[in-house]
Amino acid sequence: MSDGSYIQRPNRPLQVYAALFLIVLYVPILFLPLFSFNASIYVRFPLEGFTTEWYRQLFQRDALWAAFRNSLSVALTVSLITTALGVLAARAVTRYRLPGQSAIVTFIMLPLVVPGIILGVALLVLISRLGVPLSLYTVTLGHLIVCLPFSVATLLPRFEGFDRSMEEASADLGEPPWSTFWRVTFPIVFPGVVASFLLTFTVSFDEFIMAFFLSGTDPTLPMYIWSQLRFPREFPSVLALSSMILLVSFLMVFLALWIGRLGAVDTRSEGRVE
Amino acid sequence: MTAISAMISVRNVGKSFGTFRAVEDLSLDIAPGEFFTLLGASGCGKTTLLRMIAGFEGTSAGEIYIDGQPMSAVPPYLRPVNMVFQNYAIFPHLNVRDNIAYGLRRLGLPRAKQDAMVDEMLDLVAMPGYGNRRANQLSGGQRQRVALARALILKPKVLLLDEPLGALDKRLREQMQLELRRLQRSVGITFVFVTHDQEEALTLSDRIAVMAGGKILQLDSPARLYEAPRSRKVASFIGNMNFFDARVVARDRGRVQLDVEGLGTCDLAEASTTAPVGAGVCIAIRPEKLVAHVSEDAAPVAALQGRIEATTYLGERSHLHVRVAGRSAPLAVSSQNTALQQDAAAGDGRPVWLSWDNESLIVLDQD
Amino acid sequence: MSLAQDDRGQQRAPGWLARRLHRSETLRGWVLLSPTALVMAVGILVPTAILLAMSFWSRQGLDFDTTLTTANYARAASEPIFGAFLLRSFWISGLATVLTVLLCYPMAYFVAFHIHHNKMLWIVLITLPFWTSYLLRVFAWKVILGYEGVVNSGLLSMGLIEEPLAFLLYSQAAVVITLAHAWAAFAILPLYVSLEKIDRSLLEAATDLGDGPVRRFLRITLPLSLPGIVAATFLIFIPTTGDYITPALIGGPDGAMIGNLIQLQFGAVNNWPMGAALSIILMLWIAAVGVAFLIVTRIVKARLA
Repeated sequence: MSDGSYIQRPNRPLQVYAALFLIVLYVPILFLPLFSFNASIYVRFPLEGFTTEWYRQLFQRDALWAAFRNSLSVALTVSLITTALGVLAARAVTRYRLPGQSAIVTFIMLPLVVPGIILGVALLVLISRLGVPLSLYTVTLGHLIVCLPFSVATLLPRFEGFDRSMEEASADLGEPPWSTFWRVTFPIVFPGVVASFLLTFTVSFDEFIMAFFLSGTDPTLPMYIWSQLRFPREFPSVLALSSMILLVSFLMVFLALWIGRLGAVDTRSEGRVE
Repeated sequence: MTAISAMISVRNVGKSFGTFRAVEDLSLDIAPGEFFTLLGASGCGKTTLLRMIAGFEGTSAGEIYIDGQPMSAVPPYLRPVNMVFQNYAIFPHLNVRDNIAYGLRRLGLPRAKQDAMVDEMLDLVAMPGYGNRRANQLSGGQRQRVALARALILKPKVLLLDEPLGALDKRLREQMQLELRRLQRSVGITFVFVTHDQEEALTLSDRIAVMAGGKILQLDSPARLYEAPRSRKVASFIGNMNFFDARVVARDRGRVQLDVEGLGTCDLAEASTTAPVGAGVCIAIRPEKLVAHVSEDAAPVAALQGRIEATTYLGERSHLHVRVAGRSAPLAVSSQNTALQQDAAAGDGRPVWLSWDNESLIVLDQD
Repeated sequence: MSLAQDDRGQQRAPGWLARRLHRSETLRGWVLLSPTALVMAVGILVPTAILLAMSFWSRQGLDFDTTLTTANYARAASEPIFGAFLLRSFWISGLATVLTVLLCYPMAYFVAFHIHHNKMLWIVLITLPFWTSYLLRVFAWKVILGYEGVVNSGLLSMGLIEEPLAFLLYSQAAVVITLAHAWAAFAILPLYVSLEKIDRSLLEAATDLGDGPVRRFLRITLPLSLPGIVAATFLIFIPTTGDYITPALIGGPDGAMIGNLIQLQFGAVNNWPMGAALSIILMLWIAAVGVAFLIVTRIVKARLA
């Protein structure tokens, strides 16, 4: 596809549209950091001066830090478990011809499409019938369900693009299966593993609806933010907190998508003869 | 060749995938130091057989012996064979040196020794100094040579090659064919080569097994396969061929007389066929064994007259399609262009006289 | 001597595990897949089953009367509020879906046809917001559309209006806009994928045969991107019908959706069986819509094949 080909010639109106689209996509989000530096309790124009007061206030709030630590530990646990499970699942599906496996994969992807409220309510009902009290553990379980699809979705393409003959070559050259995994398979899928880890961490950290239904007395950070939304006075500090969370989330997701793409050395053959 | 002296011995091996039988009751022996080729079209079972020898597929029936040892309980990483894969399977995360030295790691050889062995291999495959290149910086031909080096460094008893030249362009392929042959002769180990390209098979092999439908049609040297195919399938698979219906007319004094459609009466040595008088047989002759003469005077006495229907000019030779009486399909005649060709198609429509040696007629088994 | 043999020239013997796994590939596959499948089964199937069971119970003080009854479903069918909410949810979702797909299509088209380098970078940029906090993105819109929010104060200070616009927040419109903005990424991906797959030489052939740009688009590009359009519609409509956060923060009474109603049953109203019944009803409706879309997709694909 040459740049100069007729079909690809530039289309001015479309370019303008694309620029507008990106602006409209990002500007609403960018208002958050904008007003977090505004020296006013009210989130409105005109701006009333620059201040970092709201950020400073955040650091004094113990409740906030407690919620932060909660979110951190949940997200860490969830990302480790889901990435590990995702690796096993992606490997199983791409390496072995299992009957009914596409149905199982669709089933695993279900939480991406089903409204969060249904998942949350269903789990709530199960947990309460089992007599288990709501806590960070129940939130972790909810997050596992929600994050697994992301992990599998990130890892599946990595494993699919991974040529089986690499492992056969390694075996042929004398390496037993475990050794083949460490010397060949793992190094090649590693970027996908990192990407999955980062992505599921972010999703869990930011996740609200499952935490809403499954939290006990220890709130996660999004739950803390929710509780503050009742008080318009608190809006500026919520803005400050949101801005920081958004920044870190953006970075982590960008890294995840980039790493997942990088080192996407296509291990499939060129010009394979059938 | 007995199972003891053969390097590879395949005994009544079968392989099924569900209801599909890829390989059926196949037996063969491969001698040490032989360049052995499995030749056939896609789906004939040749790659499956190769993979069974390597250990990546198990046998559904029968047994494979390598150097006298049965292999059914031995996983691939413990077999004394190495394989060059169709797509080379070069490890993308390692450079050339680490790729070639991959199988040595396990053996715990001192670093200097490993480096020396790798350098020796790089020289062998004519890529000295390429040690630090990354896999994605290599061309197809270079990858193929790295794959070869990686396998040969382990000094396997047998090297298995799965259509290794298929992805290369014609000129490179021809070059690599010569190099492979030279390599095999100098290293002296057994090569088992899989290809669908019959020219390649004829060029490289000591012996060829022609396969179809999971079975071996004929196992012979290239010359015998070409000059004396036993069945119509093999005859038409390798090279071009003219086929004729014929009838045994008489048997007399060590000769047998056949009435061959289009060619008239021909007599062959008695041993050519066991068919009784009156029976029908299939006769074949290679296009280049039919000699074309432009005038009746230049032709020998018993020449057959025909008319040139079409000429295909191929540079060093021309293929003529010749109509003769008594035969519905035209004869394919291959003629070396020893004289300067001004206009190859000039002969179209003109008469031509054909002669041949009856010893070149091949009698085929009915199949 | 081959390097696959030990010093005595004997073949290295494989362990029993190697032999076991060497035999059955399928077994290995199932072993690998089972933990994940198990987690999902426990996380989805079991809770759904219990939810279903609970929808046939009724509230009794602090516990549940587990005698099976269809009273909850009868209520849902007879009392107009439930049907109304369900309908309104579909209406809002439908509107948001149509809006999103319409607005995202040109963008996906742009990246597929007019970006020649770093396509993935663009896709990453466009979908980036989606992976971050949904709550925060909805909150951003609350801030923007509020009575004393960004839009109003901006328009006021520019003198374009004299009084703040009250209809911006706590309305159905607000919910639709916010949903469209928040779910744009889910539309872009399938649209982009199907547009990217279109063979450029088909368009060149159409041009060669006399079609101008508009006709080319309508006759070739649009029909061939139909699977992507159907997928995007499907992927946005289903989750948004049950959305809770957006109507809760932005909808107000006018913009409340079925999600709010369900949440109330589990919260203030404390009638869990009713909430369960409503959830099941929502799931059934979503399944029906899903099946309808799958059928449409199949028909579309068959006509294109």
